[in-house]
Amino acid sequence: MTLTGSGDTEPQTTLTEDYRKREESITLSSSPAGTGETHELLTLNIGPHHPSTHGVLRLLATLEGEVVRDIKPIVGYVHTGIEKTAEDKAYWKVIPVVERMDYLGYYFNAMAFCGAVETLLGLEVPLRAQYLRVIHLELNRIASHLVWLGTSALDIGAISMFWYCFRERELILDLFEMSSGQRMHTRYFQVGGVMEDIPRGFEEKLRQFLKIMPPRADQYADLFEKNQILLERLRGTGIVDRQTLIELNVTGPLLRAAGDPWDLRKAHPYSSYDKFDFKIPVGTVGDNYDRFRVRHAEIYQSVKIIEQAIDGLPEGEHITPDRKVALPPRHELATSMEALIHHFKLVTEGFRVPPGEAYYPIEGPRGELGCFVRSDGSAKPARVHMRDPSFVNLQALAPMVKDSYIADLIATLAMLDPILGGIDR
Amino acid sequence: MPDATELELTAQELRDADSESVLDTEFYRGRAVLVANPTKIRAVLEHLRGKGYTFLASLHGVDYYPDEPRLGVLYEMLDRTRVDRIAVKARVSTDHARIESVVDMFPGANFPEREVYDMFGVVFDGHPDMRRILMPEDYEGHPQRRDFPVGGEPVLFTYNEEQSYGKYV
Repeated sequence: MTLTGSGDTEPQTTLTEDYRKREESITLSSSPAGTGETHELLTLNIGPHHPSTHGVLRLLATLEGEVVRDIKPIVGYVHTGIEKTAEDKAYWKVIPVVERMDYLGYYFNAMAFCGAVETLLGLEVPLRAQYLRVIHLELNRIASHLVWLGTSALDIGAISMFWYCFRERELILDLFEMSSGQRMHTRYFQVGGVMEDIPRGFEEKLRQFLKIMPPRADQYADLFEKNQILLERLRGTGIVDRQTLIELNVTGPLLRAAGDPWDLRKAHPYSSYDKFDFKIPVGTVGDNYDRFRVRHAEIYQSVKIIEQAIDGLPEGEHITPDRKVALPPRHELATSMEALIHHFKLVTEGFRVPPGEAYYPIEGPRGELGCFVRSDGSAKPARVHMRDPSFVNLQALAPMVKDSYIADLIATLAMLDPILGGIDR
Repeated sequence: MPDATELELTAQELRDADSESVLDTEFYRGRAVLVANPTKIRAVLEHLRGKGYTFLASLHGVDYYPDEPRLGVLYEMLDRTRVDRIAVKARVSTDHARIESVVDMFPGANFPEREVYDMFGVVFDGHPDMRRILMPEDYEGHPQRRDFPVGGEPVLFTYNEEQSYGKYV
């Protein structure tokens, strides 16, 4: 991009003026930091390509020395228009695109979307499918928390944690590969149930994992809890009280760390979550340490849920027998004309959904993940919107880091756990 | 979710306070929606907040093309004590796509309102920082509108550099 190409200096000044204007739009809400000779404010740009911003997040920080006086997150660098793309696809083809929004919680995205469509269709999901969904959702929650734990530890300087967390995550991805053939973005959840029943040997492998996971999580705790540097960086930093978080519509582990036991799995159970016995870990003061502890404790609870789900896995269909929505089994195609017609209709046009609107909220690894679907009666959704928790929670970054040191900013951002794929969609 | 009767009662309460505040109600598959007058949106949300719906779970936009008024702004309100949800819908036309901001009532509405502005072009009056959030600042158009085409985004090469919308000179 040539700036002086036209020969005159006019464009350059406009560019600078424009920059200054944008710089001025940063409000300094804390008391005037002084413009005298000893105090000066500095605008520091962090990111978008910075390893500790967990993706392409750009932060415009206003510093007074080492202290962050204000911060503005700038997002949109990985905006791919998934919501727009979804409007152009048949309902069942939307699932793989929405899965790519929050790329660590793909099962959750699929669940929210499928749930919204099932609500519009008034479709009953078989119990076995609900249990299989719970197993995969909770495995995904553990995997997501493991990536968070590993990368957050990396930000704070504990490199070995990363390898341990990814070691366990690998076991989960192997399980996903077993049940659906894919390690990530599995497209396992379908409208009306799940794509396939779990294969032989899955249960055994799952139980092995469930046996391994809690002691491994104990090891993580030991690594964290006995590390003085880490504790000093996490304890008492990034504190935001419960009321402020609620006003900012923050949900998930961040809110629970502040002592609010709000979890949609308990408050408004979906997909048979009311049948499982589990606890909601909550924090006390709402600092970074509590955020770490809450997510860490959730790993154990997820293991507990999966154990109950696999023990009580009911017999039956893995997807709704409604042939107008779900594909007929492969073997029927050779013998039944009806099945062949259904298969053809579903694969070419897809199914039609009665006109209406639905908002389906679930508890994702980062908070309330709500999918809004509007149908106009055709085979393609007229609007798909994901209320992604990362997008809303990011607003809490400013109150978390205001008037704290820039070193705490990195730790706070890590404990906030934003996923830019989910923010930008 | 409130049932259909409770939704009507809530709508009536609002109409008693201001006869023009609620235009319609919708109840479908257990989802209760109050269609509010866009000029009275703050009063409606304030009333709901007084009734216990204190949490703004989501704020998003919809384009009802070809119906008029085309654009809709949806507020998904949540009562965390009773675990009850109610949605408020305000519809504005594309010619006069303006609605009052609720950021001072719900600070968490800041980013979502910017997203609705970015994607649908609804201007929120009183928003402290009404700029685009996901699309580039110099982008033209509002891509989530139904009449906005998919694709057609020019790929920048040396030969068409001069036509780039993001050019500084």
